[in-house]
Amino acid sequence: MSVVLELNGVGFDYGALSVIDNLDLTVSKGELVVCVGPSGCGKSTLLSLLGGHLQPTRGTIVRKGASRTIYQDGGLLPWLTVRQNIALGNPAKVDEWLRITRLADFADAYAHQLSGGMRQRVEISRALAAETDILLMDEPFSALDYQTRRRMRMELVTTLAERPRTVVFVTHDIEEAVQIGDRVIVLGTRPANVRKTLELPPGRSRLPAAPGVAEAEQAIMEELGLS
Amino acid sequence: MCHDACAVRVPAKGRSYISNIGFPIITGLVILAAWGAASAADMFPTGTVPSPEAVGHAFRAELASGRLLDDVIASLYRVAWGFLTAVVAAVPLGLVIGRHAAPRAALMPWVNFFRSLSPIAWIPFAIIWFGVGDPPAIFIIFLATFFQVVLATAAASASVPKVYYRVADDIGLRGMQVLFHITLPAIMPQLVIALRVAIGVAWMVVVAAEMIAVRSGLGFLIVDARNGLRMDLVVCGMITIGAIGIGLDLAFSRLAKIPSLRWGFER
Repeated sequence: MSVVLELNGVGFDYGALSVIDNLDLTVSKGELVVCVGPSGCGKSTLLSLLGGHLQPTRGTIVRKGASRTIYQDGGLLPWLTVRQNIALGNPAKVDEWLRITRLADFADAYAHQLSGGMRQRVEISRALAAETDILLMDEPFSALDYQTRRRMRMELVTTLAERPRTVVFVTHDIEEAVQIGDRVIVLGTRPANVRKTLELPPGRSRLPAAPGVAEAEQAIMEELGLS
Repeated sequence: MCHDACAVRVPAKGRSYISNIGFPIITGLVILAAWGAASAADMFPTGTVPSPEAVGHAFRAELASGRLLDDVIASLYRVAWGFLTAVVAAVPLGLVIGRHAAPRAALMPWVNFFRSLSPIAWIPFAIIWFGVGDPPAIFIIFLATFFQVVLATAAASASVPKVYYRVADDIGLRGMQVLFHITLPAIMPQLVIALRVAIGVAWMVVVAAEMIAVRSGLGFLIVDARNGLRMDLVVCGMITIGAIGIGLDLAFSRLAKIPSLRWGFER
C-alpha cells in the first residue's frame, strides 16, 4: 500500500527544549495509526508537524495529500453555526454531513449550545466534508464522558469504513488506542521518539475480550512503565 | 436516557419583567419621595438643593422652549464623533499591538501612560490646537475613548486561542481573510464589552468637554445654569445626562444579544 506520511529523523525544539528527537514513522494510505505516550511527551507537537502548522527543526516530513486536524476541544469557530462550521470544510457537502451525523436539527445552533459529543461530531463532519486524504486527530474524545467517548469511537470507525481516510490519532487512552487502531505507536518521554510499534489484529472497534487486545494493552502499559 | 435533543442548552430565562422594570421604578419613586419630603421639611439650606417640583417645572420649561432637545442633540453629536473616530483609530492599533510583539513592546507603555491622564488635563491643548466650537470637545471625548479601546482590543486579540488560527490555516485562509474571518469575530464579544464601558466614559466626559469653548450641549447647560444659580436647571441637566447614559448602555448591551456574539456571554 502506498505511503502517505513519512517522517525521517524528525526533531523539533522549542528554543532550548527538545520536544521530538530522531522520530521515524511511515503511515500507509487508509491506515489508522494511533500514537500513545505520556502526558507532555510531544504528541500534539507531532500532529502540528504532520499538519504543517510547525516545521521540523531536523529531519524531513513527506506528506502526500492535504490534511485536516480535529482538535481536542474548541476547534469549532464559536461565532459560526453548525452549518457554517461544516461549510468551512466543503460548502457543497453540508447537508450530506448534517444528515450523516444526525445534526440536521441543530444546523443553526452555535457551538456553545451543543453538548461535547455533538461539538466533536461537528468537528469530525467539518474535517471529513473537506474530503482530504489525511485526518489528524488530537485527542478528539478526551474531553467527553466515558459513554459518549465509546459511542464516538464507534461512530468514527463506522464513518471511516464507509469513507476511508488515512488517520493519525493521538490519545493518552490505551483502551481507545487498542480498540480502534490498526497500529499503535508508543512514544517515549520528551524528547519523543518511537519506543514501540504494535500491529493489531485486523478489524477495528475491538471489544476488550477480542483476541490480542489484553496483550496489546499490557505491552503498551509495560512500555510506559505503568504495569 | 438523554438523547441529542436534550443536549442543546437552552439559555436561562432572563430576570422577569417586574424585576427589570418594576424594581428600578420603585426605587426611583422611593428616592423621589424622600427628596420631596426632605425639601418640604426644609432640610436643605436655601439654594443648595432644589425641590422635585422646581426641577419638574424647569424640565417642562426647557422642553417647551426646545432648548433641552437642542442641547441633547449637540451633546450626542459630539460624543458620536469623538467616540466613532476613536474606535475607528483604536481598533486597528489595538490589533497590531495585540498580535505583534515589537509594536506591543514599543507602544504599550505609552498607551498606559496616556490612558492614565485625565482627558480634562488636555483642555488647554484642545483650545490652543482646535480653537472654539465642536472640535475641542470632540477631541476630549476622542481621548477619553481612544486609549481604553486600544488596550481592550490589544488584550482581546492577544488572547484569541491559537486553535482558531490553526483551523484558518487548515481551510486555507491567508492575510486579511484571517483578520476578517478569525481575529475580528473572535475578539468581538470582548470588544463589545469595551465599547460599552467606553461609551459610558465618553458620555461622562461630555460635561467637562462642553465646559470649554462651546455654547451648547448638556455640559454647557449645567455650567450656564450654575453661573445663574439655577440649581433646578443643573439637576435637570444631570437627570437628562443620566437618563441618556442608561439609554446608551442599554443600546450597547443589546449588542450582546446578536446571535453570533452570544457565545462570548453565555459560556
